[in-house]
Amino acid sequence: MNDNLFDIIIIGAGPAGLTASIYARRASKEVLVLEALSYGGQIINTLDIENYPANPNISGFELATKMYQQAKNLGAIFKFEKAIEIIDNNGIKEVKTTKHSYFAKAVIIATGSENRKLGLDAEDKLIGRGISYCATCDGNFYKDKIVGVVGGGNTAIEDTLYLAKLVKKVYLIHRRDSFRADNATIKKLKENNNIEIIYNSIVTKLLYDKKLTGIEVTNKLDQSVKNIELDGLFVAVGRIPENQNFASLINLDENGYVIAKEDCHTNYPGIFVAGDNRTKELRQLVTATSDGAMAATEAVKYLNTL
Amino acid sequence: MKIKEINEKNFKEEVLNSTLPVLVDFNADWCGPCQALKPILVGIAEERNDFKIVSVNVDDNDELASDYDVTSIPCLVVIKNGKEVNRSVGLRPKEAIIQLMEE
Ligand SMILES: Cc1cc2nc3c(=O)[nH]c(=O)nc-3n(C[C@H](O)[C@H](O)[C@H](O)COP(=O)(O)OP(=O)(O)OC[C@H]3O[C@@H](n4cnc5c(N)ncnc54)[C@H](O)[C@@H]3O)c2cc1C
Repeated sequence: MNDNLFDIIIIGAGPAGLTASIYARRASKEVLVLEALSYGGQIINTLDIENYPANPNISGFELATKMYQQAKNLGAIFKFEKAIEIIDNNGIKEVKTTKHSYFAKAVIIATGSENRKLGLDAEDKLIGRGISYCATCDGNFYKDKIVGVVGGGNTAIEDTLYLAKLVKKVYLIHRRDSFRADNATIKKLKENNNIEIIYNSIVTKLLYDKKLTGIEVTNKLDQSVKNIELDGLFVAVGRIPENQNFASLINLDENGYVIAKEDCHTNYPGIFVAGDNRTKELRQLVTATSDGAMAATEAVKYLNTL
Repeated sequence: MKIKEINEKNFKEEVLNSTLPVLVDFNADWCGPCQALKPILVGIAEERNDFKIVSVNVDDNDELASDYDVTSIPCLVVIKNGKEVNRSVGLRPKEAIIQLMEE
């Protein structure tokens, strides 16, 4: 048999992809999992998962490691390569990675999502030099310093409250004039005297020498501009799906999510989607693992009809 | 194989005075991506002997972390002849780390 030929190729080894590989192996299919970074996906950033049934307070890394071991023990093959394109040659899908090509009749895209960036000059260069996307990971490095948080959703508010306990002062920069969060949370924000909320404003420039020294903030109502000195900026403006590499075959919605219902079928025969990168209401571990099971089961059904 | 743990006391001898270039992995026990990075670093260490790879726990060595302006972990810093020549932050694939070391 050709070493590069499988029954099912799964792209992404987050909770969705790992679960899909478990189900596909239990259905005795030859499974290849391609992963760009390391198994586990986003959840490895979380120290304490409190809502995954039967495993209260497990760390994200431990949960991911257990899923990965289970998949490996069942015989899934893992390659740490980034998938960059899917091409269909008469029903045989070729998945190209940065290094090789692999082939299968069914593909499951489980590429999850990544942090949305501000899109400002020097942002990438300043990651780890003042710019962060994870308050619980990096907050400790800013004890008694001045930081900013950008965003207006739940994550931004949680980050602000978390950081307020550690740092001297937190600026929360929000592009609207109010928050959607519940009243109790907003009250907490306003009661904290080291939190200053800057409404109707966006960050328009990062100021730095070797590391971040401040930000330029523009008020959207009157276009006034001011500079704020700070040591760290926590970006919490949401996450974006990582599906662009597959957009030539697969239909995406306006936000870049793969359009699919609960059955995880994409518009393209033999290509399935699982996890946070699918159009859905709730993006959590349980829904990602649920998708993994569904996509694998549907992929197996598809293979059995060929 | 294990990556050698370095502290404030032996950093000079092990890293700054090293004749080989050194890849320093700043990390902490509570950091998931740091744990995910470890086996990747072990894999590289097993293949490459033209580089030294060491680990610094930022909680036990906060002065080293602040000397190197580490504000996000995992943080990989490449040090040649006692000087920082390159760094990257966050979980990275093996190839990207090798490139970081070779640049
Ligand atoms: C800070 C944080 C805390 C969270 N806490 C919780 C919680 O407490 N409870 C809960 O239920 N959920 C939580 N979540 C959400 C949960 O992590 C996600 O819903 C879940 O990880 C989604 O799984 P996934 O497999 O769909 O995607 P991901 O976890 O994003 O995994 C996708 C994987 O695909 C890989 N990949 C992407 N593109 C490619 C490519 N082209 N080729 C190869 N590989 C690729 C990525 O590297 C990644 O490993 C949290 C998320 C974050 C960010």
